[in-house]
Amino acid sequence: MSSTVKFVQGNEACVEGALYAGLEFFAGYPITPSTEIAEHLAARLPRQGGKFIQMEDEIASMCAIIGASLTGCKVMTATSGPGFSLKQEALGYAVMAEIPCVVVSVMRGGPSTGLPTHVSQGDVNQARWGTHGDHAIICMTASNNQDVFATTVEAFNLAETYRTPVILLFDEVVGHMREKLEMPEPGAVPLVGRLRTSVKDGVNYHPYLPREDGRLPMSDFGGVHRYNVTGLFHDMWGFPTDNPTVVRELLRHLVDKIDNNAAQICKYKEFHLEDAECVLISYGSSARSALHLVEERRALGDKLGLLELQTLWPFPEAVVREKCSRAKHVVVVEMNMGQVMAQVKLAVDKPGRVYLVNRYDGVFITPNDIMNILRLIQGKGV
Amino acid sequence: MSIKKYIRSRFFPHIWCPGCGHGTVLNGLLRALDGLGINKNSVVMVSGIGCSSRISGYVDFHTLHTLHGRALAFATGVKLSRPELKLIVPMGDGDALAIGGNHFIHAARRNIDITAIVMNNRVYGMTGGQYSPLSGEGTLSTTAPLGNIDQMFDVAALAQAAGASFVARTTSYHVKELSKVLMKAISHKGFSVVEVLSQCPTYFGRKNKQGDAVSMMEGYKSGTTPIGSKAKQENPDLIERGIFVERQSPEYCEEYAKIMDKAQKKKAKA
Ligand code: SF4
Repeated sequence: MSSTVKFVQGNEACVEGALYAGLEFFAGYPITPSTEIAEHLAARLPRQGGKFIQMEDEIASMCAIIGASLTGCKVMTATSGPGFSLKQEALGYAVMAEIPCVVVSVMRGGPSTGLPTHVSQGDVNQARWGTHGDHAIICMTASNNQDVFATTVEAFNLAETYRTPVILLFDEVVGHMREKLEMPEPGAVPLVGRLRTSVKDGVNYHPYLPREDGRLPMSDFGGVHRYNVTGLFHDMWGFPTDNPTVVRELLRHLVDKIDNNAAQICKYKEFHLEDAECVLISYGSSARSALHLVEERRALGDKLGLLELQTLWPFPEAVVREKCSRAKHVVVVEMNMGQVMAQVKLAVDKPGRVYLVNRYDGVFITPNDIMNILRLIQGKGV
Repeated sequence: MSIKKYIRSRFFPHIWCPGCGHGTVLNGLLRALDGLGINKNSVVMVSGIGCSSRISGYVDFHTLHTLHGRALAFATGVKLSRPELKLIVPMGDGDALAIGGNHFIHAARRNIDITAIVMNNRVYGMTGGQYSPLSGEGTLSTTAPLGNIDQMFDVAALAQAAGASFVARTTSYHVKELSKVLMKAISHKGFSVVEVLSQCPTYFGRKNKQGDAVSMMEGYKSGTTPIGSKAKQENPDLIERGIFVERQSPEYCEEYAKIMDKAQKKKAKA
């Protein structure tokens, strides 16, 4: 058997990835430009015994997937900018209670209801800091359908591995662009399942007993272990506590389990970086414009390269520093006012050499837009 | 009969004030579950935030202490993914009907098989005595020092209008009735709402000069009457107790199971 080839939108590629990863429960609320994800799942999930529910709002959708995850299901919700804002409270809950779940935001222009049908990459910081309090988060993105599929599968794997919400940020162009998707055969991509406790019935199960290897085995609601889950700081029984030592250790655990594994979590792609004097850094659909330009200029002898980020959080600092260490210029290409650029500046040795090429007017950034600014940066004039 | 087996004594003492009605409601609830002989592993209790919501930590079921107002949304996820489980959601009046009002009416509209217990003490206790949507006009609270001008509404009537297929009201004074009503609510297939008038002597009682817990409970005795009683005709101010609605109507998870069936038959044909 060979893999199936489909011609789909990015939003559908996300649906295919989620189903491939074993999605069993989806709750959502309609919002442009993410709605096709809900529409396709409403049709697909019941066919394979999964559950779809359109909740009364974004908040409820996020809460419902957390509830379903606790029964042992792989779960997802999908939204866009303002809807993502509404989910933040429960997203923080999932971080605190260590609930595996996947949250998609197909980005649109903001703030507020902003530009519903236009492209933006404005949710980068919301993904990181939308919920309150110190915490770690995993956030991934993609620039084409094949990667949307792979990244979605990976998001489920990471959610289960680290017992955490994983955020997928796609932009409107990626979500709506139609292109080829080659579906791998079932089994071809490794999947991470729920790690369930081996503690037997009648023996005390501690839902939050820290373990050396970083994975906390779970027990499904409805099973033999009855325990408490709360968004309050909690002890190893899941019972609320304000004991300073327990509080400090829990927060450290929540942050360390992600930060200490950044090297395994962070994914990226590189194009012509070996001898690049000018390194472009981009992600999502703007990385395609950047790549187009890199290929075009390479043919003319320009030493341009591209680092395409696929993981935005934890921010791949080490990778960025290393890949930019020999560059004369580092140019971040994104469709916001410099959310990733700020991180790049923190990561590199010479922040003064970091420039921003961006648009934030709802219009897709083209290779020409990038070229025009690049000439200025490289001191070639327009 | 011992209800101790349902308690996580490790987590006692509880946080409730002396004389709080919530302990009585918990007692009534555990008696109801015991009376029904329900297996502990099949009960999931989901609560929001507030004094009443702490119930979930103290009982030996699968328990989920969630976010203010959101308990029913979490519970909907648990129930739809595992319809064989019994979902019980204890909530305060502010939790259920202010911040959680939207989730409340939509859970009722879906008629999903969850038992919602609204412990109505007419005040936000945990944050120190602010007025709730059910405090009522003229009451005093820390955020209505000159008298509350917010109108209240009737939870039971709201639940019925939104589609709940079982709606009842009782009080923390009527303990036997409380257990009986809860038994019926828990056995009912569909969204069931039980409003329980439950005293908060610490904040509502003191501020509104209603005396101690005992006199507040006496107020429940003298201020309520069974549904349709003669006393109500003579004194319309009396609050009615009992079961307002108990009807069969399509339950959400069962209806979704039919959708799955349909989808799979369609797939088999194709
Ligand atoms: S503040 Fe009121 S509701 Fe809260 S525990 Fe005390 S008496 Fe009960």
